[in-house]
Amino acid sequence: MVDFGGWDMPVQYPAGTIEEHLRTRTHAGLFDVSHMGEIDVRGTDAIAFINRLTSNDVTKLVDGQAQYTALTTPQGTVIDDLLVYRLAENHLLLVVNASTTEKDWEWIKSHHSGESVQLSNVSSDYCQLALQGPDAQSILQKLTDLPLAEIKYYHFSPGSVDGVAGIVSRTGYTGEDGFEVYAPADRAEQLWNKILEAGDSGSSTGVLPCGLAARNTLRLEAGMALYGHEIDETTTLLEANLGWICKLDKGDFIGREPLARQKAEGVKRKLVGFEVTDRGIARDDQEVVVNGERVGKVTSGSPAPFLKKNIGFAYVPIEYASVGQEIKIDVRGRLVGAQIVKAPFYKRAK
Amino acid sequence: MANVPEDLHYSKDHEWVRVDGDQAIIGITDYAQDSLGDVVYVELPKAGDEFAANESFGSVESVKAVSEVFTPVAGAVVKINESLADEPETVNSDPYGDGWMIRVKMSNPGEVDSLLTAAEYEDFTKAESE
Repeated sequence: MVDFGGWDMPVQYPAGTIEEHLRTRTHAGLFDVSHMGEIDVRGTDAIAFINRLTSNDVTKLVDGQAQYTALTTPQGTVIDDLLVYRLAENHLLLVVNASTTEKDWEWIKSHHSGESVQLSNVSSDYCQLALQGPDAQSILQKLTDLPLAEIKYYHFSPGSVDGVAGIVSRTGYTGEDGFEVYAPADRAEQLWNKILEAGDSGSSTGVLPCGLAARNTLRLEAGMALYGHEIDETTTLLEANLGWICKLDKGDFIGREPLARQKAEGVKRKLVGFEVTDRGIARDDQEVVVNGERVGKVTSGSPAPFLKKNIGFAYVPIEYASVGQEIKIDVRGRLVGAQIVKAPFYKRAK
Repeated sequence: MANVPEDLHYSKDHEWVRVDGDQAIIGITDYAQDSLGDVVYVELPKAGDEFAANESFGSVESVKAVSEVFTPVAGAVVKINESLADEPETVNSDPYGDGWMIRVKMSNPGEVDSLLTAAEYEDFTKAESE
């Protein structure tokens, strides 16, 4: 167990990270992500208010739809990345990172000025279980009357799972199809056990409980950013390749102006994916070397269990950011060769 | 419960030593491989490299973490286990056998007497995991 944003969480379950990772890609994995924070926003100005604080366009959402977005600083850097769920025109649910929940909560409260909204930090009311992988739908369908096949990617529906009322959302952080179930916190154990049972956990093709390490390797292979690594208050959304959640034409929002300027001028450094070409594994915070010069840093580096490669993300100056560029990573004093490649590293067959 | 063979010597850094004349074969213990998880990469020195006692001679990496490995006894490397380059998982499946790491010619064979016995190592890991 490790401390993760104040939560005691397992790094891995008995099957181990590699098996957990592979099972999620081939069948299904179950993740207890109850550590994620939830902030409830209600009122006639809910959409306008959150639209002013985030970079994506909340007005584009319909009821039952979710959106990936970011809370931005006045400099266009990232306070947090999050999902916004539109439950109704006057009711949003924000799902934020565990380690940043308090910071986000204070930030959102302090930027409330005059809009008609009621804010509540409901993080401790919810548990969240993520069932991910090609078998996720058939497993979860055994426990719910909701027509899961009809829920589209990044959409959700209120409904019951094993008789527990909650929200079922077709979202995830693994690059696989799958669902995230939000339910009252005191029902977490019941849902966890029932999903494992429905997924024939224990058989070699059944669902496996997965820990934090597999969650990290799965999201990395799928090319997804992790707050505190690829993005933080020193990186702008454009540098992090998150221009697609920067809707500069939607009207004013915090950080819009510097982002618009950076877009016009072009970024000076960029987040890139790389594959290690020599023997060795790049790790977080190791330096990137080009022509003998230290030009950047690895934000996440790890073996990729499904791709069977050693991969990572790093920030490098824009002149070295092209696919095919050869770089070196300083792996504890040894310069290990790597090459910039297209991210995501892994894309599931549809 | 981790396997701790009677006939080996142990370090507090979780390496084992098998004495073969004036040479020592070194690897990591069952307890160590279990705590590390799936081993995906092993970095070893070259034959001829010399190490003092308790010096780092390489590293063992799991998906999540890098752990250094230390020489329990001083000596010069005679041979390394080349097969770990392609099959690092042997460290998990057979830590005391095919998962061995290096063979050294000891500069002071008496040094093994200062290492832990199997019983002492077992007590040590029990205390550590409590």
